[in-house]
Amino acid sequence: MKFDTPAGANPIDTMTVVGRPHTRIDGPLKVTGLAPYAYEHHKEVESPAYGYVVGSAIAKGRITNLDTSAAKAAPGVIAVVTAEDAGKLGKGNFNTVKLLGGPEVDHYHQAIAIVVAETFEQARAAAGLLKVDYARAKGRFDLTEGLKTAKLAGGGDSGNEAKEDRVGDFEKAFGEAPVKIDVEYTTPDHSHAMMEPFASMAVWEGDSVKVWTSNQMIAWGHGDLAKTLGMPKEKVRLMSPYVGGGFGGKLFLRTDAVMAALGARAAKRPVKVALARPMMANNATHRPATHQRIRIGATKDGTITAIAHESGSGDQPGGSPEIAAAQTKLLYAGSNRLIAMRLAELDLPEGNAMRAPGEAPGMMALEAAMDEMAEKLGMDPVAFRIKNDTQVDPAKPDRKFSQRQLVRCLETGAEKFGWSKRQAKPGSVRDGKWLVGMGVASAFRNHMNMTSGARVRLGSDGIVTVETDMTDIGTGSYTIIAQTAGEMLGVPAEQVVVKLGDSSFPVSAGSGGQFGAANATAGVYAACVKLREAVAQRLGYNSADVTFKEGKVTSGNRSASLKDAGRGGELVGEDKIEFAGLDKAYQISTFGAHFVEVGVDSYTGVVRVRRMLAVCAAGRIINPVSARSQVIGAMTMGVGSTLMEELAVDKRFGMFVNHDLASYEVPVHADIPHQDVIFLDEADDKANPMKAKGIGELGLCGVGGAVANAIYNATGVRVRDYPITLEKHLEKLPEVA
Amino acid sequence: MGSAATAAAAGTAPLVAQGTSPSPAPINLPVKMKVNGKPRELKLDPRTTLLDALREHLQLTGTKKGCDHGQCGACTVIVNGKRINSCLSLAVMHEGDEVTTIEGLGTPDKLHPMQAAFIKHDGYQCGYCTPGQICSAVAVLDEIKRGVPSHAQADLTAAPGATGEEMRERMSGNICRCGAYSNIAEAMADVAGASA
Repeated sequence: MKFDTPAGANPIDTMTVVGRPHTRIDGPLKVTGLAPYAYEHHKEVESPAYGYVVGSAIAKGRITNLDTSAAKAAPGVIAVVTAEDAGKLGKGNFNTVKLLGGPEVDHYHQAIAIVVAETFEQARAAAGLLKVDYARAKGRFDLTEGLKTAKLAGGGDSGNEAKEDRVGDFEKAFGEAPVKIDVEYTTPDHSHAMMEPFASMAVWEGDSVKVWTSNQMIAWGHGDLAKTLGMPKEKVRLMSPYVGGGFGGKLFLRTDAVMAALGARAAKRPVKVALARPMMANNATHRPATHQRIRIGATKDGTITAIAHESGSGDQPGGSPEIAAAQTKLLYAGSNRLIAMRLAELDLPEGNAMRAPGEAPGMMALEAAMDEMAEKLGMDPVAFRIKNDTQVDPAKPDRKFSQRQLVRCLETGAEKFGWSKRQAKPGSVRDGKWLVGMGVASAFRNHMNMTSGARVRLGSDGIVTVETDMTDIGTGSYTIIAQTAGEMLGVPAEQVVVKLGDSSFPVSAGSGGQFGAANATAGVYAACVKLREAVAQRLGYNSADVTFKEGKVTSGNRSASLKDAGRGGELVGEDKIEFAGLDKAYQISTFGAHFVEVGVDSYTGVVRVRRMLAVCAAGRIINPVSARSQVIGAMTMGVGSTLMEELAVDKRFGMFVNHDLASYEVPVHADIPHQDVIFLDEADDKANPMKAKGIGELGLCGVGGAVANAIYNATGVRVRDYPITLEKHLEKLPEVA
Repeated sequence: MGSAATAAAAGTAPLVAQGTSPSPAPINLPVKMKVNGKPRELKLDPRTTLLDALREHLQLTGTKKGCDHGQCGACTVIVNGKRINSCLSLAVMHEGDEVTTIEGLGTPDKLHPMQAAFIKHDGYQCGYCTPGQICSAVAVLDEIKRGVPSHAQADLTAAPGATGEEMRERMSGNICRCGAYSNIAEAMADVAGASA
């Protein structure tokens, strides 16, 4: 199905199943521990051997000798595989750095070997018997150093042209602006730190391999595993029915899947592999640190006349920038603009996408800078944002947003949160020992169209089954797909069987970039349209005026049960949604507003988040239950990045020092108060037939700025170096009375 | 660290001196315990954690391995009525113990009230930390009932209540990276008959 004109009225508009709060259909399996994750396919695979991955102890250089003899002689060991005996390996299209190192080493904890043994304990012990000699080379680990000579990098929505993005004459307008700020912010490297480690189980059958893994994008992983192993795609099958979190870390093929396949081939046995937690931060990808400079110039009434956002980040050779300045092209008005991103080559582990890449660190800086500018103008920060709203792409004024209710988000949030009680003068509200402040930020992220396919079956038993390689990484895909098929075929979501995450199913959008829910359900919609036609044809109905409702198929005064239609043998509808044109004619984006109240301990500087509210405008909300959870989860991650998350770089040895869950701090229960979310009632007919857009990352965009602004409002101390840990403002806090 | 220098270093994960000759095959030790009410007898490598005994030997994979270092709480099970991180405990230390895992709390057809509350309040997303959260939540409400004190109490000698603050403090050893905390608090409050 080609989507090239705005969606008209369609069966989804009925909203008898879609749009209604629905608990997760996979919930009963998850809460009873019966949902099988990658390492747990005991039912399908009997007595697999255990693989233990060994990582490089240096960040850059060469392995001069790798002696496996002691490991091979250890009890229970079946095989040891290193680059020397792995055979020729390719590199995946989506990998910047190869997944098995040696003899050259590209980064710390790059996999250099797998030890396969009868038991986990034996594999782990034998891994310690590898004798590795390295010749260490000088690496580049300092972003500040690297940015001194970094080149301009492309990225973002304007493609990959390595140039500054300019509108008007920024320098002139900024020079003439009566009110202006010029501020620099830094954000550190972040780790996805998903709860389920990278894990895979590989089974060879002749020259074919079947791999259960934990991956967000089955088609990408499938293609890249085949490419890495030098095999035709038809001989590789990838399955991820349950994924224990990803946040971008599992977008790509990772070493666990490759090493499981290599280990199983060498051991001539099924092999399962889970990456040890302390290896994850350096072995896999991370969100790169940024150095950002923001300049805003405005007239005295608060009209922005000049805005510049520049960001620098680092990555391995061949990598890409963290596109932290990209949102500034579209978020606020202003006729003179400059956007630029620079990329330094570093030998730290591979940087790549983490939830809301670009906006997450970019809006931590931009939304705090907007707060600084509002204060300088003597304006309320909500009013300043509203004043600079734009309904068109500032670079192409004839290109409108398909729907943009940022102002309503800000106004609704301000009213519900009690924003009018905020004191503009920082440090002026106390509650016992607590300095109390409120902060606001806009939320903004583009919606992306992705081709997405699905197959829907109506069985001879009347059961509806959806098959697509879409994944559910906690996002609620199982449920919204059941709701979509249920709405289209007139049955409750509970009666739809949903099968996900298998490379033998039609290729979907996958889970990433907040493009999963809207595109994958649109693909299911397209397949259901095909199935509806097949049902109508079998029943001898004119497909143009058929309705599917409450288990019945009706056309004019004729009616039959959906079950009856299946009785003559299974009917199958398969199709994909494809997009053309509308996202060029219109800017399709999602919007929101974050409101946060914090308390800062006036004695210790400890920050406690007291209240949080997000108001979101993201098209039709398919399932308010799981959409709300996506938003509160993102708000939680935003609290983490503002207050605690930081991969600390050891610039001597080129690695992230705090590579486990004790030292890489993420929010825990005690850090997070009750959170509120409001969805504006929307349906975006330019987006897709579902009239839905992304929501999973919107909740993270801006929330860090809102927390930071609340801290400033509480203390009067502006920290521009994230995370805002207490030692950065303690000395400057107001005197304790 | 010049390029000429040669560093000899072992693979990074295991804490074993490299190049030493391998030790002889370990002798498996017997252990008997009751798991979810059923007597189980195992012969295990003494290095096997309770977590791996459950997951790999009894194939009760509801108990999750998130970190294997006692940092995340995904492996929480209830042993003799108290919650522990099963990754920090060797299986052979549990002779005669009664172990309850997520599978022992309830099944899809017969959910434990806490499991039902997690579904109702959407107290999860990816589901990987969920069994540990639920085992912890059940044990936390029991701790509060038994008067076990916590850091959140102003008065350690007073009886703790099922307040939002109390539950959040006691649940803080169970990390949920999806960030379902607000909903988990609602689920626990629902079961405790309190407000989050």
